[in-house]
Amino acid sequence: MSPASVFVCLSLTLLSDYPVIRVKPDHSGVVTDGVKHSMNPFCEIAVEEAVKLKEKKFIKEVVAVSCGPTQVTETIRTALAMGCDRGIHVEVSGKDYEAMGPLQIAKIFAALAKKEEASLVILGKQAIDDDCNQTGQMTAALLDWPQGTFASEVTIDGEKVKVVREIDGGLETIKISMPAVLTADLRLNTPRYATLPNIMKAKKKKIANMKPADLGVDMVSRVEVLRVDEPPTRLAGVKVETVDDLVAKLKANGTI
Amino acid sequence: MWIKVHLPHSKWRQNLTIPDQLYAGACVINVCPPLPCQFGKDSTEAWVTDLQHCKLQLLIMALRSAVCRLLVNPQRCAIISASRSQGSAAPAQKAKVQFNWRDGLELEGQLTEDEIMIRDSFRDYCQDKLMPRILMANRNEVFHRDIVSEMGELGVLGPTIKGYGCAGTSYVAYGLIAREVERVDSGYRSVMSVQSSLVMHPIYAYGTEEQKEKWLPRLARGEILGCFGLTEPNHGSDLSGMETRAKFNPSSRTFTLTGSKTWITNSPVADIAVVWAKCDDGKVSGFILERGMKGFTTPKIEGKFSLRASATGMIIMDEVEVPEENLLPKVSGMGGPFGCMNNARYGIAWGSLGAAEFCFHAARQYTLDRIQFGVPLARNQLMQKKMADMLTEITIGLQACLQLGRLIDAKKAAPEMISMLKRNSCVKSLDIARQARDMLGGNGISDEYHVIRHVMNLETVNTYEGTHDIHALILGRAITGLQSFTVNT
Repeated sequence: MSPASVFVCLSLTLLSDYPVIRVKPDHSGVVTDGVKHSMNPFCEIAVEEAVKLKEKKFIKEVVAVSCGPTQVTETIRTALAMGCDRGIHVEVSGKDYEAMGPLQIAKIFAALAKKEEASLVILGKQAIDDDCNQTGQMTAALLDWPQGTFASEVTIDGEKVKVVREIDGGLETIKISMPAVLTADLRLNTPRYATLPNIMKAKKKKIANMKPADLGVDMVSRVEVLRVDEPPTRLAGVKVETVDDLVAKLKANGTI
Repeated sequence: MWIKVHLPHSKWRQNLTIPDQLYAGACVINVCPPLPCQFGKDSTEAWVTDLQHCKLQLLIMALRSAVCRLLVNPQRCAIISASRSQGSAAPAQKAKVQFNWRDGLELEGQLTEDEIMIRDSFRDYCQDKLMPRILMANRNEVFHRDIVSEMGELGVLGPTIKGYGCAGTSYVAYGLIAREVERVDSGYRSVMSVQSSLVMHPIYAYGTEEQKEKWLPRLARGEILGCFGLTEPNHGSDLSGMETRAKFNPSSRTFTLTGSKTWITNSPVADIAVVWAKCDDGKVSGFILERGMKGFTTPKIEGKFSLRASATGMIIMDEVEVPEENLLPKVSGMGGPFGCMNNARYGIAWGSLGAAEFCFHAARQYTLDRIQFGVPLARNQLMQKKMADMLTEITIGLQACLQLGRLIDAKKAAPEMISMLKRNSCVKSLDIARQARDMLGGNGISDEYHVIRHVMNLETVNTYEGTHDIHALILGRAITGLQSFTVNT
């Protein structure tokens, strides 16, 4: 029996190659006003994988989900244009949004996955602005579902999923039963460009709206950011004439 | 919004406070610990927020001539010093509205959500997949037929057509698409324009249902490539005098076409050609010629120094037998080809500004990077004036194109409007490209910097689809009521 629906959980992130990310003067965080935001690249890969699975007829429906302020609907629209069937926007704004971290997001996704009876939840492995790499794993733990993280290859085999994972030592292949949580790594696939006909069709697809309270999730964060600093500016180096000088200098400053 | 202010070295003193008048002006100094480098250094900085324009103006003016004394308050040590804040020319502004040189009049806010998505998706494709190919394609005069199929997959061919496998977008979206592809190369945009406006459009507007079903889906996918045969060796601007003849044969119900067309984009590799010929009644009609028909040849034009990444050739017809079902029946007379050309000209009005934008951005970056006489070239007034002119023309041109696109979508556009903007965009873009080439100096003639390729290409873009002067005559006729195309009347 083919799995009914797959949830792709998206994150809206700061564009990382934007040249001027600045720390706020009060060191509470990073300036986000006026900085270009877009879909997290790993989430794009996740969407692509979900749409591919649907095209291969392993799954019936792909739902794109994201949490955040209204801006997030653009991300969901892009996912719809790539081939997802419908979207869910969980509205989180203002102070709640600033305090939102992987645990709150994981709680929301877990609640939604249970409510909508998803068979697979696919996420990007990490968001490029905070690099937490926690949401997928936390979601799996909250749901008590198996997880296939850092996936570089996903194959559905009946009621099970075969996942090839990229780990420090190389590649690990595991087989997990559905329902399961997967997180996408870089080499899983190359995301498609949204085609014009699909962008036009995406206008008609539905994006449902809800609040964390509707899912019974409390957004209180137990993490307090004390301070954010820029990395220390790089100091100039020192040139030496001979190797002996180099050794002397290294000895002098205690390195050797 | 935080505003950083600096005190010039000469004004700094050991004890600094904010003068009473300023403090009374209720500058809301946030609890903001002093940065470590104030004392004994040449400048101090602080962050000031929530100021209204006038109060900040007061602050800055006062500080410029001021002695500032440190407000000694252990809780609230804020040190303010004044100078120009980074980047903005009007420090008095609360900087809530920042001028964006990339988008001078906020075109972004005038586009619909899907127009933005279409543009962004296609821009990514152009920069990722077309930009890497263009250098060698242009240098070696190679036409990559693959790009037509790739564009077909993305659904950007014939985007404004409804049905038949096409996307059915607005004309503004078509313009945005043209702008993105021409940002890479005008030759690629010519290929896209020919396929969309000059081959798919006439079939859609003037063809039978069978013709539409037969040709449009395959053209939309980029499976087959078309070309548009109108210009002749002896008749360029003077189209109504065309010499290609189509003789009807009642016995076989075919037309025999004889004549030649030249400067035809895509013709050497095209699968079909939409050719315009004079029939027995003296009126011009459109015919679909297919590759393989006897007497239909398409030699390539060699020695071209413009649009090298696109294949251009002639169409030679030596008594080609064209079946009746290949006639486009819904139009007769010059209205047919002109209708197609207006469609293409609209795309060119947007597109050439894309090429101009590339040249402007390239010149800006180059002059910022290149140091001569100890300063970046961009520090020079002559350079800045040129860039100011470029920015102005591009911004104004785009606004005009947007309005024209909206009018076309509302079916309220007259052909003269399109003539006006095609003419304007092309001549301004050519000038911008030439200026940019000059700003790049010697490097400007190297194709590695791309600008010279745009200079080369825009010569053709300025000429085809109606020369600068011909569009002037079209407008002149509309303005005065007097035609000045011919000398005899």
